Amino acid sequence: MSEKVIVSPLPGIFYRSSAPGQPPYKEVGDSVCEGEVIGTVEAMKSFHSVFADQNGTITEFVVTNESEVQAGQIICCLSN
Amino acid sequence: MTKKIKKLLIANRGEIALRIIRAAKELGIETYQIYSLADEQSLAVKCADHSICVGAARATESYLNIDVILQVAKDKEVDAIHPGYGFLSESAEFADRVIQAGIIFVGPDGDVMRKMADKSMARQTAINAGVPVVLGSQDVLSDVDNAFSLAEEIGFPVMIKASAGGGGRGIRIVSNPVDFHEQFHQALAEATAAFGDGRLYIEKFIKQSRHIEVQVLGDGKSAVHFFERECSLQRRRQKVWEEAPCCFIDEDTRQRMCHSAVELAKNVSYRGAGTVEYLYDELTQEFYFIEMNTRIQVEHPITEQITGVDLVREMINISAGEPLSFQQSDISMKGHSIEIRLNAEDPFNQFMPNPGEITNLVLPQGLGVRFDGQIHAGFKVSPYYDSLLGKLIVSDATRDKAINRLMRALDELEVDGIKTTAPLFRLLCEEQEVRDGRVHTNWLEHWINNDNALKQE
Repeated sequence: MSEKVIVSPLPGIFYRSSAPGQPPYKEVGDSVCEGEVIGTVEAMKSFHSVFADQNGTITEFVVTNESEVQAGQIICCLSN
Repeated sequence: MTKKIKKLLIANRGEIALRIIRAAKELGIETYQIYSLADEQSLAVKCADHSICVGAARATESYLNIDVILQVAKDKEVDAIHPGYGFLSESAEFADRVIQAGIIFVGPDGDVMRKMADKSMARQTAINAGVPVVLGSQDVLSDVDNAFSLAEEIGFPVMIKASAGGGGRGIRIVSNPVDFHEQFHQALAEATAAFGDGRLYIEKFIKQSRHIEVQVLGDGKSAVHFFERECSLQRRRQKVWEEAPCCFIDEDTRQRMCHSAVELAKNVSYRGAGTVEYLYDELTQEFYFIEMNTRIQVEHPITEQITGVDLVREMINISAGEPLSFQQSDISMKGHSIEIRLNAEDPFNQFMPNPGEITNLVLPQGLGVRFDGQIHAGFKVSPYYDSLLGKLIVSDATRDKAINRLMRALDELEVDGIKTTAPLFRLLCEEQEVRDGRVHTNWLEHWINNDNALKQE
């Protein structure tokens, strides 16, 4: 039951790509390595990358593009 | 007298919207506050006579949406629109379209904005008005070889600046001649990408300078100044602590600086409130024009505190067609005032933005304390806009006393639920170099990176 997750480091607005019109950093089914960027959180006119803190394969994005997130909120789930 | 403006629409949010509402109410003007879905519970919406939702939280869908704002203005038959600062305040297109719609724009017209927004054009205008500018290129440079020979003539280090930049953006400092060509090409690519405008110019780089700016008001025919503000304490080129007056220039320098700001305003037949920004080289005691901001500024209250003039009221009256209500000899200053910007950022964690709900709030009170803010207990600070929660403004007879009063006011301030920059200011008040005024525009950045107190916790 210990599902692996990546959480938002800060409250703000979550984006799956680096800029509007750009392809998402990652899709469901993609593998990620520790330290890889999986999204961006915008808060108060500044942008902060969301890094994977472990290796795995993305099984689900819990937060949709351009929606508000809280600090510590789960952004996506990973499997081994 | 001001019956030309009966209804005023405020095309902004946060503390400046509230500031404008207050000025308008005192003039007997009916206020129309636009707001986004994120600001439904804001003080500005509560305080305005009328409020109209114009769209989603994202600024491009609300506070920057010219079509919707103009439609609301027409539907409500407002007489004037105040743009505040930020958002559309320096959009020449917005000013033009407001005027075309038969509505008064509280600020200068689009042509004056364009002149001042373009850095090389502004520089030329300053030269024409006899305002000192930093040694640099007379015209825009597109050829790297010409640029290089000019840079050698001026002497390194030089700054390569994007003509379309401003507010600290689009600037490169080149210390070593061998780096010049590469830096120039990079600056060209960057300016083209960032601003869609690759025009560059170069200026001599002054290592340690103070940021000093002069407040002006013009009515299109005449202009007056309200003395200067010092804003040298900056982080990432954003001001965090401002003072009026500057205690570290002599009276002759003050007079020349203020006089040239007035000359510049007169040269462009300036209407409204504006700020002429200078860089002051302490070694040579020379000052140089940086840019002119064609709007009310965040730090305007400290000027109001030392001169006793309500600048927002004056700019509304001017836009209604009234002549300036002052001659220069009517304006004097008294005492010292300091403003600190209370931001929702964590100074102990690289100034990470910290939106969220304010659970408890106690604002400082008492003699010489003013708070211009948008916050209250239960207020949710939105991640969609900048981090300014409010401005704590203290005034006293001298700079030293004002700093003591600031410390006292900061002791009274309590904000729970989110992190704020208040602890930064407590530390700055105790810092001897701040107390002595031995600061320059890079001082704070250096202090933050080296001060242990900020790194603890």
